[in-house]
Amino acid sequence: MSENKTPMIEVKDLSKNFGVVEAVNGVSLKVFPKQVLVIIGPSGSGKSTLLRTMNWLEKPTEGEVIVDGVSLSENQHCINAIRSNIGMVFQSFNLYGHLTVTENITLALRIVKKIKKNEAKKIAMQQLTKVGIADKADYYPAQLSGGQQQRVAIARALAMEPKVMLFDEPTSALDPEMIKEVLDVMLLLVKDGMTMVIVTHEMGFAKAAADEVIFMDMGKIVERAAPEVFFENPSCERSKQFLSQILSH
Amino acid sequence: MAVNDRFVTQKSKSELQSGSEMQLTKKDFPWWMIAIGVVIVITFLMIQINPDFKDAFKIIRAGLGVTISTTLSAYSIAILLGLFIGLGRVSESVVWRNISTIYVEIIRGVPLMVLIFFIALVLIPGLTSIVSSLGEVLISWGIEDFGAKLAAVENKSISMNVRAIISLAITYAAFSAEIFRAGIQSVSQGQMEAARSQGLSRWQAMRYVILPQAIRNVLPALGNDLISMLKDSSLVSILAVRDITQVTRLYVGRSFKFAEAYSILCVLYLTLTLILSLCLKAIERKMQNERK
Repeated sequence: MSENKTPMIEVKDLSKNFGVVEAVNGVSLKVFPKQVLVIIGPSGSGKSTLLRTMNWLEKPTEGEVIVDGVSLSENQHCINAIRSNIGMVFQSFNLYGHLTVTENITLALRIVKKIKKNEAKKIAMQQLTKVGIADKADYYPAQLSGGQQQRVAIARALAMEPKVMLFDEPTSALDPEMIKEVLDVMLLLVKDGMTMVIVTHEMGFAKAAADEVIFMDMGKIVERAAPEVFFENPSCERSKQFLSQILSH
Repeated sequence: MAVNDRFVTQKSKSELQSGSEMQLTKKDFPWWMIAIGVVIVITFLMIQINPDFKDAFKIIRAGLGVTISTTLSAYSIAILLGLFIGLGRVSESVVWRNISTIYVEIIRGVPLMVLIFFIALVLIPGLTSIVSSLGEVLISWGIEDFGAKLAAVENKSISMNVRAIISLAITYAAFSAEIFRAGIQSVSQGQMEAARSQGLSRWQAMRYVILPQAIRNVLPALGNDLISMLKDSSLVSILAVRDITQVTRLYVGRSFKFAEAYSILCVLYLTLTLILSLCLKAIERKMQNERK
């Protein structure tokens, strides 16, 4: 990736403690526009916490997060405006249960972006078509399968026209046969040139989609490499061990 | 989601056998409602036939308006105040959290009847005297018109009916605050995170995402509160407010027709609460079906 551009997300010496537990410990990284960064690692390695500091859902104990040139810690007064430019997809979908699929997408458009109802509906339909569930527009989340719910969640995030998308284990709560439909949508975004940071356990997807893979353990970045290098020939002992554990079946 | 009642009853019994054994509660034919209905019907027949019952009913009936209006107005205030305090309980501000916790703990720690006495006979007179002395101060500062209005506020100018409503509302606000708090906490944290991640402020997320789901979850509990409030409204009779309990007591004091008067009083409360609970059940069922 071109190193001369300003990074979309820059994390500087970031640490996050929960009481005495150090979830993230002195992590620095940069994500450049149109880059796809995949973060992998064992559970409890701090990858989700790291991702959640990138839109301030988790307040770092130390360090700095800069999104598109704007420091989050110094711009708390407009954190909502900054967040509206960062799409986030959660492991447990977190669709608004009392709203239909369309309303789920239009809510933030209308409240945060002040877009008129009809206009917002149009945007919602476009995004739903993109993720392939325009026919479910008037359903409630509880009436959809997990895969469909996650695709709605992606459409909801995309509708805000974010500069960057964060994915927090988007397929971990899904039945195996639904994982593909979500990954397919994510691959579509990769093709569109969306800047993405993805925490996942889907190694096949990481191999196919990532520009760079970061392997985390014990709150630290153990290894960062291009996917072909990381999966074929990891340099650190810990990465080798992790890969052999998950690829052994 | 919860099992749809109609769905169960429509199925034939044989199909249900295995499933219903697993259910914690079985769906009975509402015999209980028939039994209560019979008691109510008999009482109203007695009112038609027996002149003693007829007399008692005519007099007690006059208190119905006060009972119902006291309940409804106190309940509406309690719900609004309770929502406010409930939001305070989950507020990010330490001050608000503590103020609302103090409110709830004080109210829950004192018996309702004692609270009614205290609010009606101590708190409100205290407040009126504060307001009127404030008026005097304003007059001495030369703000005559407004000052005179405030100074004219006397203990007497707030009727016992109003004090009863205020007492019930203040008390029940604490109960409904706890219901709202529980409802807000029953909505998963992820809903707040999703809303905040889209750029909604904490208040917007509360207003558009959390509260609609929370209120739907606690609607049955709020309904129960309305029924409790209707029953507890009988306590305002200690302030000599002429609700159905008070007019019954007055009537019995004159006529010594204890059995007639108190039977009618019981049946009146029973009828009112039964109507309310049927209405609430219908609303709950409607919402359950809508959610499908």
